[in-house]
Amino acid sequence: MSEQHAGQTTRPNPGQRVAQGLAQGPAVPEAPTVSGAQSLIKSLEHAGVTEIFGIPGGAILPAYDPLFDSSIRHILVRHEQGAGHAAQGYASATGKVGVCMATSGPGATNLVTALADAHMDSVPIVAITGQVGASMIGTDAFQEADIRGITMPITKHNFLVTDPADIPRVVAEAFHIASTGRPGPVLVDVAKSALQAQTTFVWPTELSLPGYRPVTKPHAKQIREATRHVLAAHKPVLYVGGGVIRADASAELLELAELTGMPVVTTLMARGAFPDSHVQNLGMPGMHGTVAAVAALQKSDLLISLGARFDDRVTGNLDSFAPHAKVIHADIDPAEIGKNRVADVPIVGDARETITELVTALRAEKEQGRAGDYSTWVDYLAGVKERYPLGYDTPEEGLAPQYVIERLSAIAGPEAVYVSGVGQHQMWATHFVQYEHPRTWLNSGGLGTMGYAVPAAMGAKVARPEAVVWAIDGDGCFQMTNQELATCTIEGIPIKVALINNESLGMVRQWQTLFYEGRYSNTDLHSKRVPDFVKLAEAYGAVGLTCDDPADVDATIRKAMEINDVPVVIDFRVERDAMVWPMVAAGTSNDEIKYARDLAPDFEEDDL
Amino acid sequence: MTTHTLSVLVENKPGVLTRVAALFSRRGFNIDSLAVGPTEHPEISRMTIVVSVEGLPLEQVTKQLNKLVEVLKIVELDYREAVTRELLLVKVRADAETRGQVVDAVQLFRAKVVDVAPDAVTIEVTGNSDKLKDFLAVLEPFGIRELVQSGMVAIGRGSRSISERTVRPVPVPVPVATAVPG
Repeated sequence: MSEQHAGQTTRPNPGQRVAQGLAQGPAVPEAPTVSGAQSLIKSLEHAGVTEIFGIPGGAILPAYDPLFDSSIRHILVRHEQGAGHAAQGYASATGKVGVCMATSGPGATNLVTALADAHMDSVPIVAITGQVGASMIGTDAFQEADIRGITMPITKHNFLVTDPADIPRVVAEAFHIASTGRPGPVLVDVAKSALQAQTTFVWPTELSLPGYRPVTKPHAKQIREATRHVLAAHKPVLYVGGGVIRADASAELLELAELTGMPVVTTLMARGAFPDSHVQNLGMPGMHGTVAAVAALQKSDLLISLGARFDDRVTGNLDSFAPHAKVIHADIDPAEIGKNRVADVPIVGDARETITELVTALRAEKEQGRAGDYSTWVDYLAGVKERYPLGYDTPEEGLAPQYVIERLSAIAGPEAVYVSGVGQHQMWATHFVQYEHPRTWLNSGGLGTMGYAVPAAMGAKVARPEAVVWAIDGDGCFQMTNQELATCTIEGIPIKVALINNESLGMVRQWQTLFYEGRYSNTDLHSKRVPDFVKLAEAYGAVGLTCDDPADVDATIRKAMEINDVPVVIDFRVERDAMVWPMVAAGTSNDEIKYARDLAPDFEEDDL
Repeated sequence: MTTHTLSVLVENKPGVLTRVAALFSRRGFNIDSLAVGPTEHPEISRMTIVVSVEGLPLEQVTKQLNKLVEVLKIVELDYREAVTRELLLVKVRADAETRGQVVDAVQLFRAKVVDVAPDAVTIEVTGNSDKLKDFLAVLEPFGIRELVQSGMVAIGRGSRSISERTVRPVPVPVPVATAVPG
């Protein structure tokens, strides 16, 4: 792996992200005759691909032959969904495009969940799928599925290639589209006949995509407007979304926050974009947000939204969301602006360029003696933060899941990469791990895909082998994709899994507790009895550990930290009744936030 | 409910109609009428889409449409400043006794009889929606046996062209990987 791909050091220019790992001009005297399959693999090499996650099968088989001789490392996964999530983890941990490969029909349809996930969370991945031969398309041939049609709504773009001469251009376009503008998944479906045919390989020197022109540079007039609003506001908040991480804009964000003193909230997708240790960070807003972050948005007079999309899990009931706030909405995707909330100042542009321009403008104002005075506001929020810190009740008996995650964070530290599944453990992992760096928190935000953690952690570990990668997973999630432990063992990808085993579909159970009178319909997984996770880990060649006593938590984590040759799974057998707090019930106003069950915070607005 | 007429220039590639139509339904918009055909540039097709909007702003769907890689340009046409036409083919009951009256109606509406059978005539007529509606109202008493109508096509009045500046390609340089084997 080249230095440039080593995660946080990468700061690609969004307009030129296709350039990653690429520098030198083409030196092809005359186009060599190759098979379509060879052309495909050469194209991937030219696009800078160094790792692919995939599974071969009939239609993609021709491509696997030249892949055998390629410099590209192919990691043979156990399920195509695993390949897709691994590509996501790989991309999210570094910013580099992740690549997965599958055959036609079921191979391709098994990628669908990962593609939808990447589409929701703007993850740059390219999926290569085999398709039945061109003459067989439309005949219901063996393992035929119209994967281009199936994935149209869940990819940024997709292609069906039947002419082998198109392969290099399509691959180049796919990587360009996936990695520039608002990143996202691109699928390239290649007919088997195109892979088998003879063609010439010519890597394109330029692309013609007349309908694809992402705007990265913010409009100067809108920057001026935004500056004016920031100076005039009394209660501004930097509402930071995942776009800041995708754009590698954390350093610029820190500069903006410190220059102005504005409070910062980081959404689920933006945890790590701004250091948790920073006094201005109020934590995560939304349904399970901190009281301070939710209060900051609700009582604000100016939201400066950077790469965030006013997701329903952040806003709660839209009509009562941040009712007194004007909105500066900066996003690289113009369709996000005004989608859910009207923007007073719309800014289309890359987050890094936008924040840089805002810093320049606000610094110039400050030098002229003009700056906003937010001290009352900042003090008020500091008071809320102090009165309503994140916390949990330690049970009289058993192990608190939050304690496990808190200790994991303390021991593994902020340099580790944390990858979660979806549910209670995900929310605890956002709250009780202290994030200091971007790209150290990976999760499935928009789609909410249970089963994301293990394969995504595998992908992150492949992309950043020097990093400690912890999957924090639930017992429900883990059982959806844990087969990739076999891949991890055999391919030498020593991830660590902290299994938060509450023997339940915990978040669903929490809702049943709160909204269905404790009628626990089909949420009991019995996973303290079946499966035996230690044996399961061992069966996969991983080390299996178990822990159910708070006194053993540190020692067990430390033991796992010492194992670096094989994967480790710790079955943390936690008490099952722990709930995620704070919470805003679905569809209600953020003002109805509960700090704990039946406990509404007192905002003491007189202080404001 | 408001009705909007969109002219959408797209790359003439397979699957683009599916992408556009599916986007409308996925985002909760109903297409009233859709017509696709070639333009003066062979690589570009033009869609005329009539969409009724209730509640949701049209802006959201045009922004989403603009994100489709094969969509080149979207222009909303104001019906007062555009010529809009639909084509109607209608088979009307007409025997020796009524045929004369039907043909009178055809002439009044500057329509055309394109096929004659002993008990029916087939008529072709073009016009805007109102004209076609009025024409059908006149034919109704004779008995309409079958009708087929095209989607609306529309073009802005005046000398300006929405497509002339669209085809200019903006090439993106593709860098080449270092250390490529073979």
